[in-house]
Order: sequence, then C-alpha cells, then structure tokens
Amino acid sequence: MDYTFQFGSVWAALPRLAQGAQLTVLLSLAAIAIGLAIGVLCALARTSRRAWLRWPAAVYVESIRNTPFLIQLFLIYFGLASLGLRLDPIDAALVGMSINCGAYATEIVRAGIDAIAGGQLEAAHALGFPVPAIVRHVIVFPALRAVFPALASQFLLVMLGSAVVSTISVEELTGVAHLIETENFRPFEVYIVVTGIYLAIAFSLKLVFAAVERFYFQSRGRA
Amino acid sequence: MIRDFGSVEFLYLLAAMRWTLGLSVLAFVCGGIVGLVLALARVAPVAPLRWLAAGYIQLFQATPLLMLLFLVFFGLALFDLGQSAFLSVTIALTCYASAYFGEIWRGSIQSVPQTQWQGSAALGFSYLEQMRHVVLPQSVRIATPPTVGFMVQLVKNTSLASIIGMHELAHAAQYVNNVTLRPILVYGVVGAMYFAVCWPLYMLSRRLEKKFNANR
Repeated sequence: MDYTFQFGSVWAALPRLAQGAQLTVLLSLAAIAIGLAIGVLCALARTSRRAWLRWPAAVYVESIRNTPFLIQLFLIYFGLASLGLRLDPIDAALVGMSINCGAYATEIVRAGIDAIAGGQLEAAHALGFPVPAIVRHVIVFPALRAVFPALASQFLLVMLGSAVVSTISVEELTGVAHLIETENFRPFEVYIVVTGIYLAIAFSLKLVFAAVERFYFQSRGRA
Repeated sequence: MIRDFGSVEFLYLLAAMRWTLGLSVLAFVCGGIVGLVLALARVAPVAPLRWLAAGYIQLFQATPLLMLLFLVFFGLALFDLGQSAFLSVTIALTCYASAYFGEIWRGSIQSVPQTQWQGSAALGFSYLEQMRHVVLPQSVRIATPPTVGFMVQLVKNTSLASIIGMHELAHAAQYVNNVTLRPILVYGVVGAMYFAVCWPLYMLSRRLEKKFNANR
C-alpha cells in the first residue's frame, strides 16, 4: 500500500460538512418527534377493542417493518412525483423517516401498554376518571416510562438510517460528503472524517436521551 | 423506448433477488461467527477482552451502515484490492451483524442462571467445559427468537448494496423503474418481494418467543 493520506481538502470542507450535520440532526429530531406521536396514536389503536382501529394500524406497522427504508423512500419520492405530487427531497425524507420511525415506535409503545397491569385501569375507571385523563396518566405516560430505553435505541437508529436519504439528493451529512468526494477525489479521507462526525452525533444523542430519562422519568419515583 | 411492466421484468427482479438472499445468508454466517467470538469475549473472565469486544460493539452500533459500506468500498482500493462491491458489502454487513449478534448473544449467555455455573463448577468442570456443555446449550434457546428477528434487519439492509452499484433486488428495481417509468408499481412489487421474505422470519421469531416463554 503506497498511499499517502491527505486530509487538507477535507478540513477545508468542514463548514459544509457542519451544515450537512446540522440537517442530519434536524431531520432526525423532527422525524423522532413525529414518529413518537404516530407511535403513541397507533399503539392506542392496536390495543383498542375496536377491530376497525386495530387492523389498519397492524397493516401499517407490518408493511413498514418488513420492507427496506430505501424502497419506502423511493415510493414516496418517485411514486408521489409520478402521481403529480412533487415533493422537495427534504420533505420526502422527513415523511419517509417519520413513517418509518412511527412503525417501530408503535410496536415499542404497544409493548409498554401491554405491560400495564389491568388493575390500574379498573381502579382509574372505578375512581371515575375521565377517559382522556386515563389515557394520558394511566396508559400513555407509564407505558412510555417503561419502554423509554427501547425507544431511545430506536431513535438512535433513525439518526443512523438518515444517511440513506442522500440517495434522493438530500444534502445532509452523507449527501455533502458525497459531493465533496466527487470534487477532491479523496473519498476515503472524507468518509473517515464523516464517520467521526456521525459517532459524535450518536454519542451526543445517547447523552441527551439519558438526561431526558433522568429528568423526566426518575423524579416521580417508580410507578 | 418505454417498456411495460410484464412477466419478463418480474423474472428479472426475481433473478436479482437471489443476490439479496445470498448476501443475507452470507452476512448471517460471517456475522454469526464473529458475533459468537464477540459474545464470548464480552463474558470472558479476562478484562481486556471484555473491553475490546465492548468497544467494537459500541463503535459499530453507532456508525451508519452506509458509512461502513463506503469506508470498506474505498478502503479496499487503497490496499490494491480493487473495487468489488460484493466483497465490500459482505465485509460491511459482517461488521454490522457481528456487533448486533455479539450484543444479543451476550444477553442470552448472561441470562443463564448463576446456579448453573455454580453447579457445573462443583462438578469440577473447567471454564471452557462449563461454557460448552452447560451454559451455551441453554442460552441458544433464549437467543434464537431475537436472532431470527435480527435476520429481518439483515435482509432489509442488503438493499444498501445497490448504492455502491451491486446488482441485487433494490438495484434491479431502479433499473426496471428506469425502463418502465412506473415507480409505484415497480417499488410496490419489490416491497412486496422483500415482505415475502421478511414477514415469515418475523412471524417465526414471534412464535419461537411464545414457545420459549410458555415452557419457562
């Protein structure tokens, strides 16, 4: 191997990489927030007594979880365009990531709801709590608390998976990296640096999730 | 000229799917071997071994698979090993799968009750004998459902190989879409083809889980 590594052109491109990283983080956080909302709603639908609520949620979750994200992304971006609905690549990426995150979040939250003791629900009903209050304080929040670690690792996978949206020309971290390596012909150096940036984002996210868990779920004691 | 999506195109996709399945099996076998070594290292009575394996797992679980793929793909060229997409994907998926298998199997090994260790120690078994005859056989049952479940991720993730130009199912899908210009139909069919492989695996993993929990 007679190759000299040259990182100079990569350091020169750092400002652009930083912009890409910013888009990666923003896309991921937005998709996580929307995905969690979808997850809570669909988990309630999947644990509902009404079959017409259970079925669509089940079909959604199973079809997303058992097909590649890449194909889902192409269906949204190229498929909708062929129907005359031209989405901006960033919007298509956000829709795809949110739908994808939502399916996994649904399964995780559902496991949390299933783990709640039936006695708690009966007690809440017996005490005459209004239904929205029961859903919020007896079902959703205890369920989220129980499964928060699993949700956190799923959220991390959403961020890592966001690299794939570079295929529909979104200029997030991987997209920018690709542009730079076609300019400076130093792909290996570019991707080494970018992998370092991804690691930094990943470990920062881990710290944030741990802080959220401590702040939000531990101050109230064990349920 | 624009073609219709007919049986010829479908057979073309089916032929490309063989690569997807082959890659999945290959990554499962290679990742499984490395993953087993990692899992054993994670519970070894030697501290540096444990740290090394833990570091490896942390590193590869926090790196996007696509980055791994690019690094291997462009890294091979630096070592004058050419630019084989197939070899790159195999190496990258092996690193990725081994990190997850290592973690899954470590959990399975550690879930074998401590009394089993003590009992086999009392019988005079050495560490390796304890592992081989007592602990590993019991942890296999615990490990099977999540292992089958992870295979779904593996099959889906082979689709990233299309990005570095390997002609598997996702790559063939783009090709067929380019000549038919029917993205919804083509990607819908291809999605269904992935589903046909992944969903049975997922159901199998659920059934194994139920079976295991029932006779616990």
